[in-house]
Amino acid sequence: MLPLEKLVEPDRVHKSVYTDQAIFDREMANIWEKAWVYCGHESQLKKTGDYATVQIGRQPLIMVRGGDGRIRVLYNRCPHRGVQLCGNRQGNTGSTFVCSYHAWTFHLDGRVKGIPLSHGYAGTRMTHDNPDCSMKAAARVDSYRGFVFASLTAEGPSLVEFLGDAKIAFDDMCDRSPEGEVEIVPVCHRVVQHSNWKFFMENQLDALHPSVTHQSTGIAAGRVERKLQQAGQKPPLYYHYLSTFASSFDQWDSVQTVNFPRGHGILKGYMGLRPEDPDTQEYVAAMHRAHGEKKAEEYLGRSIHHVLIYPYLSVQSPLQQLRVLRPIAPNQTLSEIWHFRLKGVSQAIYRRALWYFNLVNSPATMINADDLENWTKGQWGLESDGGEWVSFHRNYGGDTCENGTTYSNNGTSEAVMRSQFAAWREYMK
Amino acid sequence: MSDLEQRLLEDVVIFENKEANRTGAQSIAPDHSPRQTHKSKPLPARSVVVAADLQQRVEQFLFHQSELLDEKQWAAYIELFAADGVYWMPVTSEQTEWLDSPSIFAEDRRMMEIRMGRVTHPNAWSQAPQWGTSHLVGNVVIESVTDTEISVRSRFQMMELRRDTTRHFAGTYRHKLQRVGHDFKIEVQRVDLLNGQAPFDYVLQIWV
Repeated sequence: MLPLEKLVEPDRVHKSVYTDQAIFDREMANIWEKAWVYCGHESQLKKTGDYATVQIGRQPLIMVRGGDGRIRVLYNRCPHRGVQLCGNRQGNTGSTFVCSYHAWTFHLDGRVKGIPLSHGYAGTRMTHDNPDCSMKAAARVDSYRGFVFASLTAEGPSLVEFLGDAKIAFDDMCDRSPEGEVEIVPVCHRVVQHSNWKFFMENQLDALHPSVTHQSTGIAAGRVERKLQQAGQKPPLYYHYLSTFASSFDQWDSVQTVNFPRGHGILKGYMGLRPEDPDTQEYVAAMHRAHGEKKAEEYLGRSIHHVLIYPYLSVQSPLQQLRVLRPIAPNQTLSEIWHFRLKGVSQAIYRRALWYFNLVNSPATMINADDLENWTKGQWGLESDGGEWVSFHRNYGGDTCENGTTYSNNGTSEAVMRSQFAAWREYMK
Repeated sequence: MSDLEQRLLEDVVIFENKEANRTGAQSIAPDHSPRQTHKSKPLPARSVVVAADLQQRVEQFLFHQSELLDEKQWAAYIELFAADGVYWMPVTSEQTEWLDSPSIFAEDRRMMEIRMGRVTHPNAWSQAPQWGTSHLVGNVVIESVTDTEISVRSRFQMMELRRDTTRHFAGTYRHKLQRVGHDFKIEVQRVDLLNGQAPFDYVLQIWV
């Protein structure tokens, strides 16, 4: 492994940060297993005993709701012989976890409940009162507006400090509900990319790629959209979701990115999500009634396409979806893509957002498929000896920096990647 | 006789265990009721008695549809759908509403037209590597018949080649067919992919 300052320069990075197993292991230890990692949403666990398994770095955990209503995050491991206690991705475990190997049982807060043949442990160090007999808990668990995070280290910034200005992701999503809350749709899309996780994070705020990568879909959708308009019909908003991908370089260059400390960032909005139709008018009226006109207009007027929480989360707050990365290997990354329902809105408003979720992020998407192809080929290219460096030179020196936040003066500036790697370097020290 | 041989003579036989309820996992997790999903599911419908020629025509229709996919005859494939026809692949088999739940595919004819336009565009990058499919449709069961409509359930197996890799998909088709003379139009085709919740880099870029 090259020294850090040789791996990451201000305008370029060495290819090995995408391909090297030792660097990947260090990322898992220094970033994922220390930072606050998103586990899930409170509404995922409705009843006592509801659980969902979560991978944090290399660590398998369980997020579970206890009888006291609290959500805890525990290692998915029986302290006896190490067997995982939950074998499914989600479910209800009743009032206890039961190990399938030797029937050790645990309360929902992880404390050991029963040890079979416990008299056999008399006089050993593994008696019922030893805390080692209980399931280990994540060092810290906290939530922000219903979104649950865990950190596997006791030290470090609080959740709110970690999120910084990027907490707008969750405010923006919840504020768009007349009730100020969202509820998770309990089925997620799961997508595997055969590439390093960084490809995803860089791509999210890369405003130059859509008109290149997604032109086939943008053009095909625009053609059908125009055909409908010519026939005097109003095409549904979700055609526009697809056709805007084929916007010109100049148009994309006018969309600004905001790059926060710790690698977080925002791609500002460009889709114009407030059409003049009865469904929208009814929704806006409900928002005015709930929040008052001034606040409601502030909420609905925010220019956000999506917010990145580095290094693993992309929150598309105006359309209520969230993508979370679970890296598996230097060249393999799993993403889970969740959709949320704004509380107190009509079915039409819900459906409108759901279309985006399905069209852009389902495993049959006509959009993300071309990204995945790019990243696979990108991984192969970087694994080769055809070159040593990855270039982030576009608009280098042309961005505006204020109080640690970098505003790109060109939407297509590679400020995004430069900012992410500055954060990466800090984590990897 | 050695110690070991002596000890080996001390045999234990576990007979029917009358104390079963008080031992092992049963004492700790005494709930033995079957899981909800297993007791609540209705049995699959049996074939209704229909004329053999109707069964044959329905089967031939399904075979033709899958052949059009494998031959990449997408315009003709879309034509099999009624003007307001829908192709739907939900994420889980529990879902019932095509507009209201996460879907892998949820497409009317216009969206299918966009998909065809996208896949045939020269810069559909993900489709640049060589690819093809081979479907096998069977277990065709006509669940109900009226003068105007037929509900039919079938199973499919599909092998896909992409670049240097083959993948295997399988599942259930549920067609609601409109009767148009001796032919049919698809009102709804529901596709439940057996491996729908498995993580893919993506499922096909064209209908399954």
